[in-house]
Amino acid sequence: MTDVADETTARVGVTASPATSSPQTVVTGRASARPVAPAPGGRRGTGSALRKRLEIAFFVAPALLLFLFFVVVPIIRAIQLSAYRWKGYGPLVDFVGFKNYVSVLQNDVFIGALQHNLIIVVASIAIQLPLGLAIALLLNRKMWGQGILRTIIFVPYVLAEVIAGVVWLQLLQPKYGVIDTVLDAVGINGPEQGFLGTPQYALWTVIVVLTWKYLGLAVILFLAGLQSVPEELYEASQIDGASWWQTQRKITIPLLGPTIRTWAFLSMIGSLQLFDMVWILTGGGPANATTTMATFLINEGTKRQNYGIAGAASVILFVVALVLALLYQRFILRRDIQDPALRKKAKA
Amino acid sequence: MSAVSTTRRTPPTTPQAAEGSRRRTGKYTGGNPLVYALALVVVALTLGPVLYGVLGGFRTNAQLAQSPAGMPDPWVLFNYTGVLTNPAFWKYAFNSTVIALITTALVVVFGIMAAYPLARYKFKGREQIFMVFVLGLLFPATVAIIPLFILITDLNMGNTWWGVALPQAAFALPVTVVILRPFLQALPDELEEAALLDGASRIGFFWRILLPLSGPGMVTVGVLAFVGSWNAYLLPLLLLQSDMKTLPLGVADFSSEYSSDTAGVFAFTTLAMIPALVFFLAMQKRIVNGLQGAVKG
Repeated sequence: MTDVADETTARVGVTASPATSSPQTVVTGRASARPVAPAPGGRRGTGSALRKRLEIAFFVAPALLLFLFFVVVPIIRAIQLSAYRWKGYGPLVDFVGFKNYVSVLQNDVFIGALQHNLIIVVASIAIQLPLGLAIALLLNRKMWGQGILRTIIFVPYVLAEVIAGVVWLQLLQPKYGVIDTVLDAVGINGPEQGFLGTPQYALWTVIVVLTWKYLGLAVILFLAGLQSVPEELYEASQIDGASWWQTQRKITIPLLGPTIRTWAFLSMIGSLQLFDMVWILTGGGPANATTTMATFLINEGTKRQNYGIAGAASVILFVVALVLALLYQRFILRRDIQDPALRKKAKA
Repeated sequence: MSAVSTTRRTPPTTPQAAEGSRRRTGKYTGGNPLVYALALVVVALTLGPVLYGVLGGFRTNAQLAQSPAGMPDPWVLFNYTGVLTNPAFWKYAFNSTVIALITTALVVVFGIMAAYPLARYKFKGREQIFMVFVLGLLFPATVAIIPLFILITDLNMGNTWWGVALPQAAFALPVTVVILRPFLQALPDELEEAALLDGASRIGFFWRILLPLSGPGMVTVGVLAFVGSWNAYLLPLLLLQSDMKTLPLGVADFSSEYSSDTAGVFAFTTLAMIPALVFFLAMQKRIVNGLQGAVKG
């Protein structure tokens, strides 16, 4: 029971009086020293083996069945569909092998969509990382209204993409929307068809809206990471005479590494799946300037009933996501796994 | 590694936490005007579009056309009353609520049940079952969306609450299990030993001790599931028609049907975003902790 008491003190220690740094470190050290290994479950052993199995089955089965039925089966179905020409009714008879894949990969609209997805992946990280870091460092300083600021910055993230999209669609109305009007007032003429209606601006406009929507997530995660940087490091660097900026650059940002790398991974997977915002803002247009892989496959599947093509496109989407995820894991996340000392320090 | 160490060590974004970090940053406490100015710019850019929508709902279309960047003058209420007296709005809100509640209930109940043996039993194949869920994190829902649409339609659940809630819950399970397992693992062994010594069965331990203690973890995954369902668009778009639609579908429809009625669209979107915002403000700490747990887990 001492353990429980300690846990409670640890929680209270952090939430109520985080200012007292030394007890916190002691508790933290103790907490990470305690093995988080799974509890030895079957120690009662004899004769109850069957009972234990039944218990396991009883507990795991509902989740596992739901998952298999509504996630695994549809994914296998998508792979199956991708090998047929099928219009949505009748049996699957028209087996075409890899023809759907060939036709998807030769389709300029799909290749364009893939490029848009990749641009969005890179742009999201390249824009949100520095902005998010800057805002997180800014909000991590002592200032009035800090709590409210943190709440506000997170608001766009909580809104549905559709709702945010509809509001931005109104703001971006050509000529009469507030954005065009304000730009007009400072002497910039927006494009005739509006920013979303002009092929050369549309994708970047979508990226701006996405930045607005998702920057808050980066900021909140970075802030959380910042709070776990041990205070001793700040004190030490102050004693050594480091400036604020030096401290951030040499201590804070490197220690945020694991948080940043995981955030970037999530951001990448999200960008590859992007659908809602594009569907609301442009529907993939104008002239396919903003299609994504997801809008492509929804278009083929539900509007044109080309289920085989949609199946092939979704398999390609998955393979792209998987390959990028594996590469990322291999070359970037590996550092975190390889260097547990640093990881621990950053998390402590 | 552990979401629990996260919940324990990372101070939440509450006033207390702000208080804490204030002291933590020590000497580097730049309350200088430049910092405030920058913060103000960030706030303006973040809240601007939302506030513009809220205020736009209090204006007439004529006002909006005449001076798009102006304030309501005079303030009019009929856009908002129009939406609030629109039965479709309430129908959509009701559908959204029911679907989100079913999804949340399924996710929390099935999630904690699955996480329990995966966290605290020792058995062959445990890690493999856990890996099934972890791999589930990698599958974008979009990949399965077309077959899912066919499957649900074949099951005659096409235009129903359950038809949307079941797949949504299935796709929310991986992150739920991944967050809950380390949470349950971190509960001290001594508790379990004491309970078993006192003659409780493992199910008794689950029911009487583990469930009450994992309240915070369940709230976190529940909130994430609820917000995810509330904001979902793609699956409802494919499955729900007419008066079974959810709020995001309603908003999108309204905005394309009455695209010339800008003020009406603003009022509709504003009212549609209120539930999520209120829910968020009430549960802010949980959402943030959950996201951190998911990131660090």
